[in-house]
Amino acid sequence: MIKTGGQIVCDALVREGVKVIFGLPGGAILPLYSTLGSYPELRHVLVRHEEGACLAADGYARASGDVGVCMATSGPGATNLITGLATAMMDSVPLVAITGQVGRAAIGSDAFQETDITGATLPVTKHNYLVMDTRDLAATIKEAFHIARTGRPGPVLIDIPRDVQAGEIKFDEAEWDKPVSLRGYNPPTVGDVDDVAAAAKLINEAEKPVILAGHGVIISRAYEELRELAENAQIPVVTTMLGISAFPEDHVLSAGFPGMHGMAYASLALDQADLIVNIGARFDDRITGDTKRFATNAKKIHIDIDPAEIHKNIKVEAPVTGDVRHVLGQLNPLVANTTHPVWIQHIEQLKADHPSLRIRETDELLGQHVVKAISDATKGDALVVSGVGQHQMWAAQHYQFKNANSWFSSGGAGTMGYEVPAAMGAQIAHPEKEVWTFAGDGGIQMTLSEFATIAENNLPVKIAILNNDMLGMITQWQDMVFDKNFYANSYTGNPDFVKLADAYGIKGIRVTNQDALEGAILEARAHPGPVVIDFVIYADENVYPMIPSGQSVEQLIEENL
Amino acid sequence: MADIQANGLARRTLVALVENKPGVLARIASLFRRRGINIASLAVGASEQKDLSRMTFVAEGDPSTVGHIAKHLEKLIEVVDVADISDNNVVWRELAMVRVRATQDSRPRVIQLANIFRVSIVDVGAETVTMEITGDTDKIDSMITLMEEFGVEQVMRTGRVAMLRSALSPGGEDGAYSKTLAGNIIAREGLESGSV
Repeated sequence: MIKTGGQIVCDALVREGVKVIFGLPGGAILPLYSTLGSYPELRHVLVRHEEGACLAADGYARASGDVGVCMATSGPGATNLITGLATAMMDSVPLVAITGQVGRAAIGSDAFQETDITGATLPVTKHNYLVMDTRDLAATIKEAFHIARTGRPGPVLIDIPRDVQAGEIKFDEAEWDKPVSLRGYNPPTVGDVDDVAAAAKLINEAEKPVILAGHGVIISRAYEELRELAENAQIPVVTTMLGISAFPEDHVLSAGFPGMHGMAYASLALDQADLIVNIGARFDDRITGDTKRFATNAKKIHIDIDPAEIHKNIKVEAPVTGDVRHVLGQLNPLVANTTHPVWIQHIEQLKADHPSLRIRETDELLGQHVVKAISDATKGDALVVSGVGQHQMWAAQHYQFKNANSWFSSGGAGTMGYEVPAAMGAQIAHPEKEVWTFAGDGGIQMTLSEFATIAENNLPVKIAILNNDMLGMITQWQDMVFDKNFYANSYTGNPDFVKLADAYGIKGIRVTNQDALEGAILEARAHPGPVVIDFVIYADENVYPMIPSGQSVEQLIEENL
Repeated sequence: MADIQANGLARRTLVALVENKPGVLARIASLFRRRGINIASLAVGASEQKDLSRMTFVAEGDPSTVGHIAKHLEKLIEVVDVADISDNNVVWRELAMVRVRATQDSRPRVIQLANIFRVSIVDVGAETVTMEITGDTDKIDSMITLMEEFGVEQVMRTGRVAMLRSALSPGGEDGAYSKTLAGNIIAREGLESGSV
C-alpha cells in the first residue's frame, strides 16, 4: 500500500494509543497537518504558543500516566518546545515531541526557519531523532514511544523534514509488528536479590526508620506497595515535593515533605532517623541542602530505576536498582511486621513542637488561606496543578492530598508558566475531575495566551491566581538572603485579571479579603466552565519554614507564631 | 590509570561500545561538556561487531564527577556498553607520528635513537624524517623530548586505546567488566585528540 510519511506518522500515533496531540502548525510541518485532519481518533488541541503545547502534553502525561504528545514546526516552533522538554526531562515525564524540519536538501543551508533542533535538544531529551527517510518513520516512532515510556521515562523528540513527511512509499503493514530492538537500552525492572535482602536487613534492624517517597512511586504506581511497607513495619513516610500524593496525607504515618520549604518536622525526621528508605527519589538539592551535613545519623537505602542516580548526590549503604513497584514487591515479604512506638511518638512530638502548617493570626488575606480554603472546599479530592514560586510552596504545604497522583508541579526544572498549560493537559486527561491550578501573577503572564485554548475547548479549569503584584519568591530571597536589596521584583503593570478573563470569555472573580473566600470558591466550583479567580493577597508574606540554599536543618528558619 | 594530578583533577580511562550512527559522538561530548570534563584523548574505530564502534576516552575532571561519568554514558541509548577500566589490569597503546628535523649531520644520530626506541621511520625528506612511535604515553613523551634537540616540526598522536589483559588460565577472570563487554578492544584508527 502506498502511504505518505504523514499517514505513517498518524497511523503510528493511533497504534501507540495516542488520543490527544497538543500542537501548533507551521510551514515545515504542514504536510503532516494536511493528513492529521483525516484521523478523527487523534484529537488535536490547537495551542497559542508551542511552549504551551509541550507543557500541556506534560500535564496530560502526568495526570493520565500515558505518553504526552506535542507538535510544532521547525525553527522557532521547535525551539519554543525546549522549556517544556527540559521540564519533562527533569521530572521524568514521558513525552513525544514531533517537529517539522526544512526539506532534506535544505538542511545545513540556514534555510528559512531552520534550526538544528536535535542538536539543541540533546541535553533536554532522553533521546532524539532526525528521520531522513520516510521508510524509517514507522520504526522510529515505535522506538520513540518505547523509550519515552519505559525505564526512567522522559521526553523524546522526533524531527521530520517536510519532504520526509510528504514522501510516498510502498508500505508493508507487517512493519508494525517488528519488535523494538535497542542494544544499548535495557532498563532494569527487577531488583537484584542480594541487594533487596540487604535493604530488608537494614529495615528490620532500624529503630528510627523514615521512608522518603519520591516521584518514582507515582511514576511506577507503587502506591499500594508503599503503603504496605509503611504499615507493615510502621515507618513514617515523608514524600519529596514531587512525591506528594504518593501517600495519603491524612494517613497517620504521613509526615509531610522535607527540604527548603518543607515542613520542619519532615526535615527533622530525616535528620534524626537512623535509616532513610529512599524510594524513587534522587536526593535533590532542595531536600539535602548541604550533602555533607544531610542525615548524617542515617544509613540509607536507595531504590531507583536509574543506575546513574545511585551514589550521584548521596553515597548510600544499600542501593537497589530497579522499578520501584517491582522492588517493593520483592522487598515487602522480607520486611518484618513490627512497630517503632517510641520513634513514632517522637515524630508526633516533632509535629506538635513544629506546627509548620499553622497559619498566623491576621485579618489579611494570605496565600495560605486561599490554598487551605480550596483544599477544604474540594475535600482534598481535586487534581491540583501549580506554577513555581511562593504559591507553589503554599499549595504543596496546605492542600491536603487524599488521592494518588493528584499533584502536578514542575519540581526539577522549576518552570514558571507551567500552571495554565499543564492544568489544561490534566483537565483533558480527566474531563470528569475537578482541576484547580495555583498560579502566581508572575508565572501566569508567561503562558496566559493559553486562556484562549481553555476558552475554545471550554475546559472547566479553575485558575487561582495568588496575586501579590510581585515575584514573591524573588522578593523573599532578596529580603532574607540579599540584605533587603529589592530589585526587579515588583510588577507594577499587572493587568486586571478579571477583565482579562472576561476578554477571553472566561468567568472572572476577584477576592480581596478572607470573608469573600468561601463564597468565591463556591461560585467557581458551581460554574460549569473555566474560572479565573484573582486572589489579591497580602504581599509581605514569606514562605516558612525555610532552609536556605546549601544549608542544613541546623539553619532551619521557622515562623514566629 | 586512575590518577589524581597536581591540579586535583582525576584522569580515568573509559571504553565504550557505541552504535555507529551520526551524532553519537556529539551526544557523548555533550555529556562530558555539561559536567566540565575534559577529554584528554579519544580514539574511535570500528569494533569486531557490525555497526558498532569502540571508543577509548581518557577523561579528566573533578574526581567524583569523572568517577560517575560511565553511568551517565550508559544512559545514552546509542551507547551499547561502557566500562571504566581505570582500575583494571589493561594493556594500552598510543601511536604518534613525529616529524623531526634531520640534516645531513644529525640524521645518523636521529636514526640511531629511533632504533634504540624501536621506532620506525615512515617517511624521509630532504631535511626531515617522520617516525612512527607506538607504545605507552611515557615512551612517546620520552621520544619526543629526546627529539627536541634536533627540532620537532610536527606531532600527531592518536590518543590511547586500551584492552583488558587476557586471563592467564583458561576460564580465568580477565577483568571486572568482562561480563558484558566480551571480546577484545580494537580501535583501528584514532580520529581526534585533545579537548572537545
